[in-house]
Amino acid sequence: MNTPVGLSREQIARRAARDIADGSYVNLGIGMPELIAGFIPPDRQIVLHTENGLLGMGPAPGPGGGNPELINAGKKQVTVLPGGSFFHQADSFAMIRGGHLDLSVLGALEVAANGDLANWSTGRPGAIPAVGGAMDLVSGVKAVYVITRHCTRDGTPKLVERCSYPLTGAGVVNRIYTDLAVIDVTADGFGVTEVSPGISLAEVAAHTAAPLLDRRSSAIPSSAAAP
Amino acid sequence: MIDKQVIGPGEAVGGIADGDTVMIGGFGEAGSPIELIHALIDQGATGLTVISNNAGNGEVGLAALIRAGQVAKMICSFPRSSNSTMFQEMHRSGRIELELVPQGTLAERIRAGGAGIPAFYTPTAAQTDLAAGKEQRQFNGRPCLLEHALVADWSLIRARTADRHGNLLYNMTARNFSPVMAMAGRTTVVQASSVVEPGALDPETVVTPGIFVDRVVHVANPQHESELVASGARYP
Repeated sequence: MNTPVGLSREQIARRAARDIADGSYVNLGIGMPELIAGFIPPDRQIVLHTENGLLGMGPAPGPGGGNPELINAGKKQVTVLPGGSFFHQADSFAMIRGGHLDLSVLGALEVAANGDLANWSTGRPGAIPAVGGAMDLVSGVKAVYVITRHCTRDGTPKLVERCSYPLTGAGVVNRIYTDLAVIDVTADGFGVTEVSPGISLAEVAAHTAAPLLDRRSSAIPSSAAAP
Repeated sequence: MIDKQVIGPGEAVGGIADGDTVMIGGFGEAGSPIELIHALIDQGATGLTVISNNAGNGEVGLAALIRAGQVAKMICSFPRSSNSTMFQEMHRSGRIELELVPQGTLAERIRAGGAGIPAFYTPTAAQTDLAAGKEQRQFNGRPCLLEHALVADWSLIRARTADRHGNLLYNMTARNFSPVMAMAGRTTVVQASSVVEPGALDPETVVTPGIFVDRVVHVANPQHESELVASGARYP
């Protein structure tokens, strides 16, 4: 089944960025979550944490301006902003595991209606497992948002009743941003708070492998699809 | 007089024996003590257990140590990258064992080892496949896993500046695991880009106090792994 065309990757990142409060300390995962950094509204300041040991991470350096000893968790060269700080791994993960970070935004292979997240391993025989800091982030950070395509490339729903891939954490996800909708994980399951422009709730439901609750308020923000 | 300086990477890694456990600093190439690793390849100790966040890239540094067949077991959080074929080949063919540890648990196990704490509980990895075989207990209503401290016979790390007491400063995100590994190594060996006289470092800014350091070797211009990998370099 073809997935209806909703928001682009950049639009999903922009939509998620709108919900990050001024003054937040935030860890952005590798891939689509990284795009959020470019869409923080100009009237807000957030501090980006990268778990290899930097608070106050800035954008990629200009040509020739990089340093192989100033990198992010994806091992790409970055910059440090005024007010930034460097620290060792035990301190970095004390920030994560000690509940000092406000928000972790991660990608997903699957999210279950009870908040279980699978994003580190397909469990495929022969695959080399690698976990990095994902399990620490979901167990320690105050809020965990997932940003992902609603379905895989072949149209398989990523939002499911129970994860089939190995878990990163049990009951850890608070909110999911996809091309089709914004969905909160509630005590009663997935609650749709917003659908993307041009998408119906029925279409979201048709591409979700778990029941959906309609938790939309009457006033739906109209700027969700701003370019 | 306290002078922890030794002459050259070869002397710095002298005494590492077959079967020893070796912590190696670095997150990717940032902070990887590549000259000390190459000296360990020249030295030839085998059957090593290596504790490091990653498993090397290309055919230099840690990847070259693995290719040389000197590593029996890796304890790490992320042994996969675009150029980490050496570890993958050795692991798939059953020639190297892997203990996969979440990155924060790895850092804390090393810190605990250096601080004399034998084990601790953490919610990280509870209810996942990585909880298999671990003792579980509830704290504040959350399932937690018992994680054991890590110590090593040797820690090999890289610093920007050292004095001959072993006080250390690092360079930006190259700091990563080095300060906790310095604490957890029975013998901690540092390659430093510059070595200064005691008193030259402001005590307020020292990151690793010299008590955690045993040997300092001056390596003025350390090689960068990514540049070596890009040029197709191979060690030896």
